[in-house]
Amino acid sequence: MTTGIPVSTILMITGFGLTLTGLWGMLTHRNIMRIIISFVLMGTGFNIVMVASGYVTGATAPIIDTALGLGEAGARAIDPVPSALVVTAIVIGFSVTAVMLAFAIRLYAAKKTLSIDAFTESKW
Amino acid sequence: MIKRAFAVLAVALMALVFLGVIGDYVELQALRPLARHYVTEVPAQLGAPNVVTGILISWRGFDTLGEVAVLFMVAASIGLLLKKDSAGGAAAGGRDARPPAGEIVTTGAMVLLPLIFTFGAYVIVNGHLSAGGGFQGGAIVASGVMLMLVASPSATLNTALLGVIESAAGVLYVCLGVLGLVLASGFLDPRFLPKGQFGAFISAGAIPLISALLGVKVGAELSVIIDRFRS
Repeated sequence: MTTGIPVSTILMITGFGLTLTGLWGMLTHRNIMRIIISFVLMGTGFNIVMVASGYVTGATAPIIDTALGLGEAGARAIDPVPSALVVTAIVIGFSVTAVMLAFAIRLYAAKKTLSIDAFTESKW
Repeated sequence: MIKRAFAVLAVALMALVFLGVIGDYVELQALRPLARHYVTEVPAQLGAPNVVTGILISWRGFDTLGEVAVLFMVAASIGLLLKKDSAGGAAAGGRDARPPAGEIVTTGAMVLLPLIFTFGAYVIVNGHLSAGGGFQGGAIVASGVMLMLVASPSATLNTALLGVIESAAGVLYVCLGVLGLVLASGFLDPRFLPKGQFGAFISAGAIPLISALLGVKVGAELSVIIDRFRS
């Protein structure tokens, strides 16, 4: 099936759409859990954009096997650098999310609510 | 209402930036020089068919080590953040015993757990040959641990043992890195072991070893993080 739009452009639009959804959710929701979910959505969107930016027209995954011979690797493989970077980004995103969730648990224990309207101490 | 307007403005401005990026984006027709270098040099120099694993474990190996250190710090900081909580809960009457998991969950876990752990081990040790590697396999193993904890809520995870395993894997990882420094051309250079036959299970120098240590370390760290959230 061909749509006329390159597949990586579609992926990029999807990724940026997810990012905008996440940003909108972070700015408008008052519940800390929802803010965290929005943050994860935003990170996922950026990861998709990064992976999409490494796509080469008509190329395949950079794994040398029967589908991609040693000789044609330079011509028919996608850019492996964004993929390698995204692995890092996913791990760091996971770490940040875990710490945020731990803070959410602590905040809930302190005020028995997850609404950020209840936490006004550091608001100016 | 004014806050909502600012949110709309911020999202609209970001959308403008992103539209500019998409508008200027042209799909690559050929590899960039750096990518071409990696795609040709990873199989040639390291003997690893999976280029991404080759990059992650050798050229970006130091970075991967730092990443694992970040995971370790997260496990430690979550322990610190949630520790007082559970102690206070225990003092205030203690958390009552969790209800046991349902029949379907326990039976499903019995069937699925060996499969999940085997698959995780497969993904970890096959990282240099096909899609996979230490991080991915470690995450699969940790998901199995999570299923185990869901299926038997009263079970306790031996976090002390997991901590020892994780530290040992980390120390061995650094030792392999130093071996690379001494025997080959740099820190975490996997070429101090023979390259072996291209595409064979035991090949690509020290990459499978480093990948396995990475998998053990990530699996143990994620399991500890999951267990910390449970208490």
